[in-house]
Amino acid sequence: MNWTIILHAGIASGTVLLFATVGEVLAERAGILNLGLEGMMLIGAMSAYSMAINYGNPWLGLVAGMAAAGLLSLVHGFVSIHLRADQVVSGLSLTFLGTGLSLVFGEGLSKAGAVALLPKFTLPVLSSIPFLGDIFFTNQSVMVYVGFLLAPAAWYYINRTRPGMHMRAVGEYPAAADSMGINVYGVRYLYTCIGGMLAGLAGATISLAVSPGWFSHMTTSGQGWIAVGLTIFAQWDPLRAAAGSYAFGALRRLILDLQGPTKLLLWDNPFYYNPYWGFFLKMIPYAFTIAVLVIGSREAMRKRLGTPAALGVPYTRGQRGV
Amino acid sequence: MATTERIDARRRPALPFKIQVEPRMEVPRWLPITVSVAAVLIALVLGAFALRLAGEPHPFKAFAAIAKELFGSWGGITDVLVQATPLILVGLACSVAFSMKLWNIGAEGQFFIGAFAASAIVLTPVLSAETPGWIFIPVMMIAGVVGGALWGFVPGYLKAKFNVNEVITTLMMNYIAIEWNNYFIFGVWSEGGFQMSPRFPRTAWLPRLADYAREIPEFSGLTLHLGLLFGPMAAVIVWWILYRSKWGYEIRLAGDNPRAARYAGTNITRNMILVMMLSGALAGLAGMAQIGGVVRRMQGSISSGYGFTGIIIAWLAKLNPLIVVVVSILFGALILAGREIGRSGISMLIQGIILFALIASEFLLRNRVRITRVREA
Amino acid sequence: MPEAVSAVEMRGIVKRFPGVLANDRVDFDLRQGEIHALLGENGAGKSTLMNVLAGLYRPEDGAIWVHGAPVNFRSPRDAIVHGIGMVHQHFMLVPSLTVTENILLGLHEPRFLMQLPAYHKRIAALEERFGLGVAPEAKIWQLSVGEQQRVEVLKMLYRGAEVLVMDEPTAVLAPQEVDELFATLRSMTAEGKSIVLISHKLNEVMAISDRITVLRKGRTAGPPLDTGSTSREALAELMVGRKVLFEISKDIQAPGDLVMSIENVSAENDQGLPALGGVSLQIRSGEILGLAGVAGNGQSELAEVITGLRPCTAGQVTINGKQVSNLPARVAIDANVAHIPMDRTGVGSSPNLSITDNLIMKAYRQRPISKGWSIDGRFARRHATKLKDEYEIIAPSIDTQSRLLSGGNLQRVILAREMSGKPQAIVAVQPTRGLDVGAIEGVQRLLLEQRRAGAAVLLISEELEELLSLADRIAVIYEGEILGIVEDQDQEAVGLMMAGHREIPAKEGERKSG
Repeated sequence: MNWTIILHAGIASGTVLLFATVGEVLAERAGILNLGLEGMMLIGAMSAYSMAINYGNPWLGLVAGMAAAGLLSLVHGFVSIHLRADQVVSGLSLTFLGTGLSLVFGEGLSKAGAVALLPKFTLPVLSSIPFLGDIFFTNQSVMVYVGFLLAPAAWYYINRTRPGMHMRAVGEYPAAADSMGINVYGVRYLYTCIGGMLAGLAGATISLAVSPGWFSHMTTSGQGWIAVGLTIFAQWDPLRAAAGSYAFGALRRLILDLQGPTKLLLWDNPFYYNPYWGFFLKMIPYAFTIAVLVIGSREAMRKRLGTPAALGVPYTRGQRGV
Repeated sequence: MATTERIDARRRPALPFKIQVEPRMEVPRWLPITVSVAAVLIALVLGAFALRLAGEPHPFKAFAAIAKELFGSWGGITDVLVQATPLILVGLACSVAFSMKLWNIGAEGQFFIGAFAASAIVLTPVLSAETPGWIFIPVMMIAGVVGGALWGFVPGYLKAKFNVNEVITTLMMNYIAIEWNNYFIFGVWSEGGFQMSPRFPRTAWLPRLADYAREIPEFSGLTLHLGLLFGPMAAVIVWWILYRSKWGYEIRLAGDNPRAARYAGTNITRNMILVMMLSGALAGLAGMAQIGGVVRRMQGSISSGYGFTGIIIAWLAKLNPLIVVVVSILFGALILAGREIGRSGISMLIQGIILFALIASEFLLRNRVRITRVREA
Repeated sequence: MPEAVSAVEMRGIVKRFPGVLANDRVDFDLRQGEIHALLGENGAGKSTLMNVLAGLYRPEDGAIWVHGAPVNFRSPRDAIVHGIGMVHQHFMLVPSLTVTENILLGLHEPRFLMQLPAYHKRIAALEERFGLGVAPEAKIWQLSVGEQQRVEVLKMLYRGAEVLVMDEPTAVLAPQEVDELFATLRSMTAEGKSIVLISHKLNEVMAISDRITVLRKGRTAGPPLDTGSTSREALAELMVGRKVLFEISKDIQAPGDLVMSIENVSAENDQGLPALGGVSLQIRSGEILGLAGVAGNGQSELAEVITGLRPCTAGQVTINGKQVSNLPARVAIDANVAHIPMDRTGVGSSPNLSITDNLIMKAYRQRPISKGWSIDGRFARRHATKLKDEYEIIAPSIDTQSRLLSGGNLQRVILAREMSGKPQAIVAVQPTRGLDVGAIEGVQRLLLEQRRAGAAVLLISEELEELLSLADRIAVIYEGEILGIVEDQDQEAVGLMMAGHREIPAKEGERKSG
């Protein structure tokens, strides 16, 4: 096993989770819980791939993926903001709707043949940093580099800018924000949509960069849900979200590679000699998500801070409290 | 405190009317049913529209043809009922959990583990093939129930003790269940390298109508099996628990206002775990019925997303266990229709639209919307 | 005083809520530089009228002029632009943001980057001008209630408010803090600002205001009065519409055996910070012990410890010698402890369940409502019908969802449930808060009835007058500690202790239980 290769690929696959998780962090910081990430990622991946095939331009695909998922998220926005429905159920509906749409319209795409992918390149100076340069800055997809910038930018936006502060106020105490003339519904629609677009970006990153192609619902294989879990683990902090996403990406990659070598450390590799044990390896990311959630939830319980106070609570003007 | 608001008029006073929304004091009896039926119809129309976009030339004609095929013959009707069998149980599983606002979306995984546990009785083998059916079937049922309950216990325990979001844990448990079953289907129980176990011995089969074709010739080819009876029986029991028992009262109380439930002295932690276990048990029983009554062997493709369809069934039935039975039959037909059309995503798409239409319509049940003319100022 | 100019004039304001006419052609005018009290009972429409002025509600009819110019507010922002700011009863502050961030919320400046240090300085300067000391860098959740109120005032001053509406500002303050607030208000009128003070407390209205407008059932009860030429009694009559007795009659009655014993109890609040530090109280049968204190000094935590809803870190609570603290809430219920919680909709009732289901919340485990594993539905309905008549709960039927009940009726449901179990001990937290006068009298009568029947009552209230008229003894809680117990209705002593002054005089001290 080559650690550089594993980490290199792990960073790439973690980028997908990063986009989705940061998007969810933004939506949830504004008070909207969107459990439909899986559906939005699928529609993003499908639209992006289909556009890229039809027009031969991956950038067009990227835009299409983001637009499709952003539009889909607005359905959730309308139902949970204006109609004040239960956001858990609405998010589930979004998963169904997104999955259904992408399966219906994505039929036949898997046999569509080769497609132009998003470019990969090596960053000139940074790639010469020993060890790290090979992992982070050598022959990575452009989306990976976008990912490097996104998390710190999101952190800065949330904590150091006026619109970021307004977003936090809307997620914590919408009545207070409203009384100060902030358009609560508008802010919530905005970040629901941005969250959706980032989920679409995550999907497009899968189908056009990280593991290119359309494999119907296996394209995302539950990564949307993992991102929802990571959001809680990250305590709604984009930097923690990034760390979690990359760690998860590396773990997923490591599991794939674990079946290859005949020897693990000093012992015979049981996963090599007993190929069916691979199914247990495949459980690890999911079990790990649960473990991460338990840790995150215990931490949240102990500190009783972090969760946006109005998360999942519809806002109506004239109602007391949150 | 009373609330009124305007959705539109505030920002665009130019409109000649304004939309006013007020909370409704009493809900007319006819409204909920009308709204639910409307939700299904809207979903079918939108689904047809999507099909049209995706290249199906005459979606409504296709719907009609399928409906005729499904409900026009005994064969079709029994096929629908066979589909409805697991749906009833899974719908009940979701109803129980949702009554306590526990979002168990892991009925799919609990279904798989129920199927696994029942198969383990046959394939390990715990009971030999010569065991008579009246012992074999109940033991398999118990195994399915216990397996599902165990799969429900884990997220229930994590939610109750550490406040871990059950939506994600139940979902992750689905994936784990699938990989777990795959290990046995591909590896341990694989028959001759195929991805399925050997066929169960006859004593482990839930009897089908077709099995009696020799005595009653009309039954030949009818796939309806004994498992169909599990659903309605379970529905009555669940109904009694939720609306007549003390425990059900505690569940509904905790579902509506957990702080009030604590104040009333109920043990929320224990109830959360028990409800998740009951929910898992029902889904596990569905898995057992599917294994014993339909495929009669262990294999991968035993569910058409039943666990997820159960969510919508529970919601459409307003969590009422008796209505779950009726709604499940409708959805059994929907799933078969999806297969007939031959597009894997279409039934999921329609289900998504139904669920959206339903939760959106809650707004109409809770509020009165009035459109009035704006007086000239 | 300069020649009075109307800073604000409101004419014929009508505001309707579903089923309620909250403001019925109300007139109101505010002169520049005055403190104008808006007096009325709960539900009289005071806050609604001012929410209309602050742009939060839009009236169905009526007109508003600010400094003589007609205005039409679509949002709070419009009102602020016209120099009208409102400090709500529930503070509109985001707990996780700092003082400065809360003040800057919703403003167009700074444009994008926050650059907080520069703004900290500006706000400190503003604080100095009006004598409102608060650290600009502090997060709101770290501040006391009085400090938060100052932030609210600062928020409006920073926006250049000329008219300040204060909704029941003294409800959350200790008597001494009230004096500080009044001093600030006077310094603001001295700078030419005008103030509307919403209140239902006659004493403070008489103490601070220049003029008074009384609202009753959504209408003005006559033209504004000059404070100097009216009296407490006259105002009370205007407010209620009839003569009011200020005393509620209470029999003299010797207390019986010790029922509730709170020994050295310590507990933490929701944030994990210490909320109670060694509280000891004894309450005997047939006695009402009043617990006075400004909100947030550990009262709700104490009530929760007694009823088993919150663990205590030290000490114990016993009812008739049986321990109930640090045990499931059910133990306290089985020991016959009734609990009237402060939060009626959040804790005391289940909004989407029927009145019947809400009425059996405590009794469903006991026969005859309980029948084996099931609930005897027919008996439960009979029980509910009986209580509905007995406690005069006004609702279409016993199947009505409790969320559709008015505040007074919901409180009757809770009282009916808690009192019908013939409790040995009662923990009542703010049982009359937010109710109208008729309902308040009813609740107070019920508590006295239970006292006669021999219950031990812990009455937690922020209304000093209520405690003085109902309680046999008044304990004062401050920062989680009991500062003293007053037995002779000494209002001044209670007031001093509420502000944190430890009481020493010889006549006070713990009653020896025995």
